[in-house]
Amino acid sequence: MFGSGAMTNSINEFDAADLFLVTGSNTTEQHPLIGTRIINAKQRGAQLLIIDPREIPLAKFADLHLRQNIGTDVAVLNGMMNVIIEENLYDKEFVTTRTENFEQLKEVVSKYPPKAVEKISGIAAADLKKAARMYAKADKAMIAYAMGITQHTTGVDNVKSCANLAMLTGHLGRAAVGVNPLRGQNNVQGACDMGGLPNVYSAYQPVIDANVKKKFEEAWKVEGLDDKPGLTITDMMNAAQQGELKALYIMGENPLMSDPDTAHIEHALSNLDFLVVQDIFLSETAKKADVVFPAASFAEKDGTYTNTERKVQLACKAVNPPGQARPDWQIICEISKLAGYPMNYESPADVLKEINALSPSYGGITLERLSKGFGLQWPCPNIEHPGTAFLHKDKFSKGLGTFMPCEFKPPAEMPDDEYDFMLTTGRIYYQFHTGTMTRRVSILEREAPEALLEINPEDAKKLGIRNKDKVEVSSRRGSLQMKAEVTERVPPRVVFSTFHFSEACINVLTNSAFDPVAKIPEYKGCAVKVRRCA
Amino acid sequence: MKRTRSVCPFCGCGCSFYILSENDRVVGIEPSPENPVNKGMLCVKGWNAHEFIHSPERLVTPLIRKQGELVAASWDEALKLVANKLMDTHKKYGPRALGFLSSAKVSNEENYLMMKLARAVFKTNNVDHCARL
Repeated sequence: MFGSGAMTNSINEFDAADLFLVTGSNTTEQHPLIGTRIINAKQRGAQLLIIDPREIPLAKFADLHLRQNIGTDVAVLNGMMNVIIEENLYDKEFVTTRTENFEQLKEVVSKYPPKAVEKISGIAAADLKKAARMYAKADKAMIAYAMGITQHTTGVDNVKSCANLAMLTGHLGRAAVGVNPLRGQNNVQGACDMGGLPNVYSAYQPVIDANVKKKFEEAWKVEGLDDKPGLTITDMMNAAQQGELKALYIMGENPLMSDPDTAHIEHALSNLDFLVVQDIFLSETAKKADVVFPAASFAEKDGTYTNTERKVQLACKAVNPPGQARPDWQIICEISKLAGYPMNYESPADVLKEINALSPSYGGITLERLSKGFGLQWPCPNIEHPGTAFLHKDKFSKGLGTFMPCEFKPPAEMPDDEYDFMLTTGRIYYQFHTGTMTRRVSILEREAPEALLEINPEDAKKLGIRNKDKVEVSSRRGSLQMKAEVTERVPPRVVFSTFHFSEACINVLTNSAFDPVAKIPEYKGCAVKVRRCA
Repeated sequence: MKRTRSVCPFCGCGCSFYILSENDRVVGIEPSPENPVNKGMLCVKGWNAHEFIHSPERLVTPLIRKQGELVAASWDEALKLVANKLMDTHKKYGPRALGFLSSAKVSNEENYLMMKLARAVFKTNNVDHCARL
């Protein structure tokens, strides 16, 4: 699209933006310190536009909140672009000089006039027009999104549509604008940057590129590196189920709770010949392992982490690991040595030197520089480079930005007569991911000790459900019991819960249907039924 | 008391804080007032990021499944078993029968080494992590 998978702009720039379009991000709960910036900006006069089916806490501050039907984001964003083109509010200079494929975009979005979008999304045509004008007319408008945009079978189309909207209005390549995916884990950006992906080495160097292959073969002194992309997590689980994947080595992840359709994951893992799990706790996944390695926590080792704004920061060892636990890097080096390929690193600092040498965007992010300041944002190709606060200044990484218009497609599984609710999933403020860490913190556990199913008062009344009643929620894949939270946070016919609690992990119900390109599962929408437990 | 610079282990904001420790035990968290990301502030998860570190449920020894049960084992035994199993699987079924899951929770250096282990040692691109989840 424009060539980089990361936040285009920086957290500090939130203080200078005139308008925020927040969609699919419950920012105050999931990225609290960014949420605070948005509230502060609002108080100094910035505008806030939210597109989210749920009434998230940030909605209280919104100038306009559009509550679309689950999974209709492409239609909504196309509708906004339709209005912007129709009313001549787009940035002609930016479109002419910096982009290509505008005619195709125009043709596709012409099919999404506000009235048509109202039918698909449930958003009133007048509100959609208002939103389009607000976003287009703002001088510095930032889009912030999270998994509410990506966790759909149309996740890639949703992201492309956000980028189309930003390019159309010239809200890119300057400070305090851009398309800003807020990443959900402390080093998810770094794990991607380091090539923890089946198709790229570090700094997104493609495995299919012959020159890249040669470069890594020479640097690593090996021959015959694989030049075909490997399997994603989603594909690995399917391959395990089919008996093609035989052994899996998992470091610091808990797929049995975090992946969709738990029964499928359980079957896939039990079908493996050999499962190794390296973790700080005996997670649900580790309990299934053949071998478990005890790892050191973040406080017990040195290393660098890359945050959502591409900033690499240093974390140092404060205490020793408990018992015989060891840092992950040491365990990997030991395995490598035993497998006949000694990795001779004295410390993480040695590894960082190799990263600097082989990963162009990390070339100047050295330990020495990180020790002195507050981190460096990639791209930072050499040691004189100050780092990059925002991307795509004069041109996109790939030259011209390409409009990639998308057509609306509904979620893979829609409610029907039997499974008559749409389930959407996410996180809550007091817990984190599969709860491995936060459920062992007494204050957090006191505030949020159990899974709740959010249900609208209108639906609750029909089903005879009162607040905190026990309910059963079922999909085609499984069934769970938990307490109901009767709240207008969810619209009618939509229920919400989380994957933090192993006692009632919502992924027992979610659908493993995934986006064909990104292989991201549709956590944000599947059909369920709800009843009050006797 | 010792102050050690660190980064919050939870979401992707990358709030910076000091770990406060005494006698090899973490006793608290103090946000960095000068760091431009969080400017001396933290959320409730960040303020409490230290408690799980000393949880009695931490894994403290390698475990190996024997007769259906996970039992404590030495590092030597566990490492050899894993290396041998991975090499045997590679030999018998080829590189594509192996999978490696890196982690959004560990450092850049550790992610880099995990992908190097998969690619350089076992010649497979079956390496991924939970970015999508």
